[in-house]
Amino acid sequence: MALIDLANPTRFLSLSRSLLPWLTGLCVLAFAVGLYMSFFVAPEDYQQGDTVRIMYIHVPAAWLAMMCYSIMALSSLGTLVWKHPLADVSAKAAAPLGAAFTFMSLITGSLWGKPMWGTYWVWDARLTSVLVLFIMYLGLMALWRTMEDPIKAGKAAAVLTLVGALNLPIIKFSVDWWNTLHQPASVMRMDGPTIHPDILWPLLVMALAFTLLFFVLHLMAMQNEILRRRVMALRQRAAAIRPATATASTASAAAE
Amino acid sequence: MDLIAFLDLGPHAAFILWSYGICVAVVAGLIAWVRVDRARQDAALRELEAQGIGRRSTQRTDA
Repeated sequence: MALIDLANPTRFLSLSRSLLPWLTGLCVLAFAVGLYMSFFVAPEDYQQGDTVRIMYIHVPAAWLAMMCYSIMALSSLGTLVWKHPLADVSAKAAAPLGAAFTFMSLITGSLWGKPMWGTYWVWDARLTSVLVLFIMYLGLMALWRTMEDPIKAGKAAAVLTLVGALNLPIIKFSVDWWNTLHQPASVMRMDGPTIHPDILWPLLVMALAFTLLFFVLHLMAMQNEILRRRVMALRQRAAAIRPATATASTASAAAE
Repeated sequence: MDLIAFLDLGPHAAFILWSYGICVAVVAGLIAWVRVDRARQDAALRELEAQGIGRRSTQRTDA
C-alpha cells in the first residue's frame, strides 16, 4: 500500500484500527522487558552508581523528542509540497507528543544533573537547544489553535515547523561544536557505541518501547483529529441547512 | 539485582524515583488526553447522527 493510498481518511482509520492492538501489545511487552532489564539486569555504573538508571528514560525521551520533530518536518513537506490530505493531521497530532517527550527529557536530565553535576541546570549548548525545541513545540501547538480553518493553520504551522527543523542538527552536534557540560554522543557515533553492552541493551529496549508508545499515541491522536474535522464539517452542513429550512418555512407561511 | 536490592537505589534514590514517577505521570496524561478526546468526538458524532446529520457517503449507501 503506497502512502498515497492512506490519503483517504476512512482507509487510514480502518488500517490504524487494525494496527493499534498489535502495536499496543508490543509496546507493553517492550516496556515490561525494558524496565526489568533497567532495574534487575543492568549493573550500576562505576561512576554514576544507580543514578545511571535515569538514563534508561532520559535518553529514549530525548531521542523521541527529536524523532517526533523530524516526523513533523516530513509531514510539513507532505503538506506544502505533495499536499497529502493527512500530512497536516499527522503534524498536528505529533506536536503534543513531542512536547511531552521533550519535557520528560528536560526533567529527567535535570534530576540526573543535580547529583552528578551538582546543578539542575546549566545554559550549555545541548540543554539550551533542547529547551528551544520544547518552546517551539508549544509555539506550534498555540499556532494551530489560533486559526479555525485547519487547512490554513496546517500550512502556517508547516512553514514554521520547517524553519524550526534547523534546530535538530544544532541539538545533535551541539556537544561537538561547543564546549558543553553535557557529554558527547555515546551511542550514535561514526565509530559505534562506546557503552558497555550490559548498559546498552536495556537502553535500546527502552528506546524501542518509547518508539512504539509514540506510534500508538500518534495513530490514536490522528484518528481523533480526523473525527474532529468530520464533526466540524457536519456541524457546518447542519448550520447551512437550518437557515435554508427556516427561510423556506417563512416563505410558505407568508404565501398562506 | 533482587527485589531487596531494587528497593535500595543508593544515596540518590529520590532523584531516580522522581524521574520515573514524573515520566509515568506524563505518559498517563497523554493516554488520558487521547482517550478523553476520542470519547468527545464519538459523542459529538452520535449527537449529529441523532439529529439526522450524517456523512454524504453513508447517506448514499443507505439510499
